Amino acid sequence: MKTIYVDNAATTAMSDCAVNAMKPYFKEVYGNPSSLHTVGQIAKEALDGAREKIAKCLNCEPREIYFTSGGSESDNQAIRSAALNGAKKGKKHIVSTAFEHHAVLHTLKKLEKEGFEVTYLDVHSNGLVSAAEVEAAIRHDTALVTVMYANNEVGTIQPIKEIGEVCRKAGVVFHTDAVQAVGHIPVDVKADNIDMLSLSAHKFHGAKGAGALYVKRGIPLQTFVEGGAQERGKRAGTENLAAIASMAAALEEACANMEKNCGKERILRDKLIDGLLKIPHSKLNGDRKSRLPANVNICFEGIEGESLLLLLDAKGICASSGSACTSGSLDPSHVLLALGLPHEVAHGSLRLSLCESNTEEEIDIILEEVPKAVEYLRSISPVWEELEKGLKPHLI
Amino acid sequence: MALYSEKVMDHFTNPRNVGKIEDADGIGEVGNAKCGDIMKIYLKIEKDVITDVKFNTFGCGSAIASSSMATELIKGKPISEALELTNKAVAEALDGLPAHKMHCSVLAEEAIRAAIKDYYDKNGISYDKAQFPDPHGEEEEHNFAED
Repeated sequence: MKTIYVDNAATTAMSDCAVNAMKPYFKEVYGNPSSLHTVGQIAKEALDGAREKIAKCLNCEPREIYFTSGGSESDNQAIRSAALNGAKKGKKHIVSTAFEHHAVLHTLKKLEKEGFEVTYLDVHSNGLVSAAEVEAAIRHDTALVTVMYANNEVGTIQPIKEIGEVCRKAGVVFHTDAVQAVGHIPVDVKADNIDMLSLSAHKFHGAKGAGALYVKRGIPLQTFVEGGAQERGKRAGTENLAAIASMAAALEEACANMEKNCGKERILRDKLIDGLLKIPHSKLNGDRKSRLPANVNICFEGIEGESLLLLLDAKGICASSGSACTSGSLDPSHVLLALGLPHEVAHGSLRLSLCESNTEEEIDIILEEVPKAVEYLRSISPVWEELEKGLKPHLI
Repeated sequence: MALYSEKVMDHFTNPRNVGKIEDADGIGEVGNAKCGDIMKIYLKIEKDVITDVKFNTFGCGSAIASSSMATELIKGKPISEALELTNKAVAEALDGLPAHKMHCSVLAEEAIRAAIKDYYDKNGISYDKAQFPDPHGEEEEHNFAED
C-alpha cells in the first residue's frame, strides 16, 4: 500500500536539497562556530551563510535573524521579550487572537497569571481578523500585538500588512507567528510591516529542531536562554549547525519555487474541497479565498474525527483532525471552537494539508476513500441516525 | 499503528454486532455528542438471557472497539453475568486501552447497564436501584496534541 501523506502542516518530509545541505556538518565541518581555530571558523562561515540566505528570503538584514530550536521557542521568546520590555514602561496589555497556536496562547495565559491583560480578538466564522479590529483593541498601555500569519488548522491568511501598518501607526510592537506561512506564501517583513516573526524549518522541508526569530533592528530583544554569547547574546547554546544549514537551503528552494508550487497546490486543494463538499452535511472551515494554497479543513456531521483518521490511515492516508480524541482532551480544537462551530460538529473535522509533491492521483484516491469512510461511520452512528430521522436538526 | 493494540484495531475495523434491533427488549444510550462519544446498545432478552445484542456508536476508534468487545462479552450470557461486566474486563479483553481512552470502556459498561435497566423498567421487573447509578459525566484532565 502506498502512503499518501497529507499532513504537511504537522511536518514535512525533508527535501533532497535540505538533506544534502546538512551532510557536511556531521563529519567534515564539525567545528563549534564560537571556536577561534580554523575548524571553528569554517563552521562560523557556514552559520553566517545560512543567516544571509534566510535574511534574503524574508527581505531583512542577516543581523536581524536569531536562530532558535523552532517555532515554539521563537514564539515564546518574542512574546516574553515584548512583554518584559512593555512592563518596564508600565505597558501590560497584549492584543492577540482566539485561535493562535498553543505556543502563543499558553505563553499569553502564563503572562495573564503574571499580571498582564490580554485581549483575544474574535476570528469570526471565516477565521479572519481585520486591521480595524486590531486598531480598536490597541490601548495606550498595549505592549504587543501578536497575530499569526496563517492559521495552522484552517489555513486562513490574516491581513498582516494592514495589521502591521496599524501597529506602526500606534507605536506598538507587532509579532507574527508565521510558521505556516514562511516558505509557502510570499512573506516580506519590510512590506508586511512586521517587527518580529517566528518560523520553523520542518514546515518547509527542512530539519526538525531548527527555527528562527526575526527581530527588526531597534526592537530590543530579551535573552531567552542564558549562557554563552551565541546569537548576539540573545540565545545561548552551541548552534544546531546541520539543521540550520538545512533550514537555509530548504527555505531558499521553497522561495525559488513558490509560484510554481502554490499553483499546483491550489489546483489540488480546490479539487479536494469541491469533491469533499459533495458529501452531504459537510462544511469547509475557514475562508475559502484568504487561504493557504495547501490547506483543506472540512467538518462532516454525525461522525467523530479520530475514527475517520484511523480508517483513512488503514488505507495509507495520513491526515489530521481537530477532534477531542486526537488531542487527549474532551474539547475539540480551540481553533474550530473559535470559529463558532458547535462541539459536536467540531469533533467531526478532517484536515488535509498538501505539499507540492502530492499528485492528482493521490487526490483521486482520497476523494474515493473519504466518502466511503464517512458513510460507514455514519451508518453506525446514533447521532447521524437522530439527525436523519429529524429528531435533531442538522447543524451544517 | 502503535496507538492501539491489534485487538482494538480489529474490533474497530471489523466491529461485531454492529446495527440495531428493531423490536429490542432494552435500549441503553450513554455519553453525549458534545464530548464526542455516544453509545447505544440494543438487547434481545429471553428468559433472563441476552439472546442478541447490537450497537451503534458515535466516537473514536476505542469507543467503537469497546462497544464491539462489550457486546461480544455479553452475547448469550444471563443478565446477571452482563451486570457483572466491568470496564476493566472490556479493556483487558481488548489487550488494553491507552490511559486517556479508558473512559470509552466505562461508556460500554454504562451502556449495557442502561439497556438492562430499560428492559427492567419496560417489563415492570423490580431491581436494586443502587445497581444502576446514573452514568456520570466524567471530567478529564486536558492536555493538548499539537503540530
